[in-house]
Amino acid sequence: MKERKGLIIGSVILIIIFIGMLIKGEPSKNIMVWIAAILTLSIYSFLYRDNIFYKFAEHLFVGVSVGYSVSVVYQNAFIRRVFDPLFITRTYIVEGQFHILPFLAVVIPTLIGLLMVSVFTKRQAWLIRIPIAFVVGSYAGMSISPSFQANIFEQTRSTLHIALSISSFIMIFGVITTLVYFFFSKEHKGFLGRTANVGIWFIMIAFGASFGYTVMARISLLIGRMNFLLYDWLGVIK
Amino acid sequence: MSIWERMSKVDRRIIYLLLSLVVIIPIVFRIPSTIAVSESAQMAYDAVDRLPAGTPIIFSTDFDPASMPELRPMMTAVLRHAFKKKLKVIMMGHWPTGIPLSTIILEEVAQEFKAEYGVDYINIGYRPGAGLVMIQMGREIRSVFDIDIQGNPLDSLPMMRQVHNYSDIGLIACFEAGAMGDIWVIYAWGRFGVNIIMGTTAVVTPDAYPYLAARQIEGLIGGMAGAAAYEKLVEHPDKAMIRMSSQAWAHILIIVFIIIGNIGYFMMRRAERIKKRGTV
Repeated sequence: MKERKGLIIGSVILIIIFIGMLIKGEPSKNIMVWIAAILTLSIYSFLYRDNIFYKFAEHLFVGVSVGYSVSVVYQNAFIRRVFDPLFITRTYIVEGQFHILPFLAVVIPTLIGLLMVSVFTKRQAWLIRIPIAFVVGSYAGMSISPSFQANIFEQTRSTLHIALSISSFIMIFGVITTLVYFFFSKEHKGFLGRTANVGIWFIMIAFGASFGYTVMARISLLIGRMNFLLYDWLGVIK
Repeated sequence: MSIWERMSKVDRRIIYLLLSLVVIIPIVFRIPSTIAVSESAQMAYDAVDRLPAGTPIIFSTDFDPASMPELRPMMTAVLRHAFKKKLKVIMMGHWPTGIPLSTIILEEVAQEFKAEYGVDYINIGYRPGAGLVMIQMGREIRSVFDIDIQGNPLDSLPMMRQVHNYSDIGLIACFEAGAMGDIWVIYAWGRFGVNIIMGTTAVVTPDAYPYLAARQIEGLIGGMAGAAAYEKLVEHPDKAMIRMSSQAWAHILIIVFIIIGNIGYFMMRRAERIKKRGTV
């Protein structure tokens, strides 16, 4: 009962503020802005509790995003790399002569790619292993060496680059103690346990910094939406 | 319910309401805030500033509408810097949903500087493949981007006639809402040694710092604070600088709530301990 009373009072206040803003500001005359504003408010209605407006906006967002992405990828991958070379530009015909290699360079990857669809059948589902093996194998071959270079060798070199400074000492100390925390071959007791505990502090500080940045990111999104509602939609801010 | 219990269990709706107020009030009343330029943002600025006029610079749009409030101001600021320096801008992206957004941003800034399409800037759009695209670009950009977003062959655009691969590119400025920045470092920096600066959402920023510390990237613009710092450096205050005031007040409010919640929690624990001792 008390909650319902609070809800009614809150809604009345919000409606009064909204009408005031509509009168005082210069609301947008663009229908798309109104749709975007209503969808934004529908999403924010979740902050009170889950409801049908939120669900509608959420499903619409997911549908539109997926639909748009699929159409862009279809245009840029299938049409540009398969359909056009085979049927429009005919890259395999040079000076009226048919060349088998450019033809196969389009047809073979397309056929291997089409095997992905086999997952929807019961008896031929195993065929999906072929394109997956191809993708995993090629990506592993392509990535292993540069990943080691960029993420392990270079990072280790940078960490071990000892300079006579407090920050350098803290960095090396932090890396060693954190690595000790992740060393599970021996029970964390005595000296090893105390070192691992120091490592936990470094990990916690890193999580804290990461949390701080996450707060900044989420607040930025809220600011962006508020700016849209007040500037683009209601025209309260000039 | 005791006061300590109330402090540790503040209704989330009250927090949301107060948060909305501290975000809205500074926007409406234009409350100014002080912007400090971080070392990482300064490094990014210097990396762009060092490039001689006429050098091609790649802008990679690796984000979607959800990250616009953070990445749009920083991309706008870096683009302004690039056009001011008369650099040749090549816009591209690895997120399909990012291209329409970057096109809007690019056209806005290009119009501001009266830049000419094909001469001062081009937009080559999106191609699927991420890492593969980056490797192919290291050999010949045309092998993946044979035409631009408008369907013009790259060779028909004057600024692209001498640009073939990373050795012709002065810098890659990538704007990241996910892990694409890591892939740029692995392939473009790792295999081809291209200079990179990163503009990241605040969530991604902590993951990018190790690259900056190891000098694998030349600079880092982190979140809205980084965008505001870059706007200050290019002496063109815009969205990020205006919004930083709301950001600061929201952070203060969250810190206050964390302190209130913790005081409530520790006092309740203390009260429980005293109660237990009393019963023993």
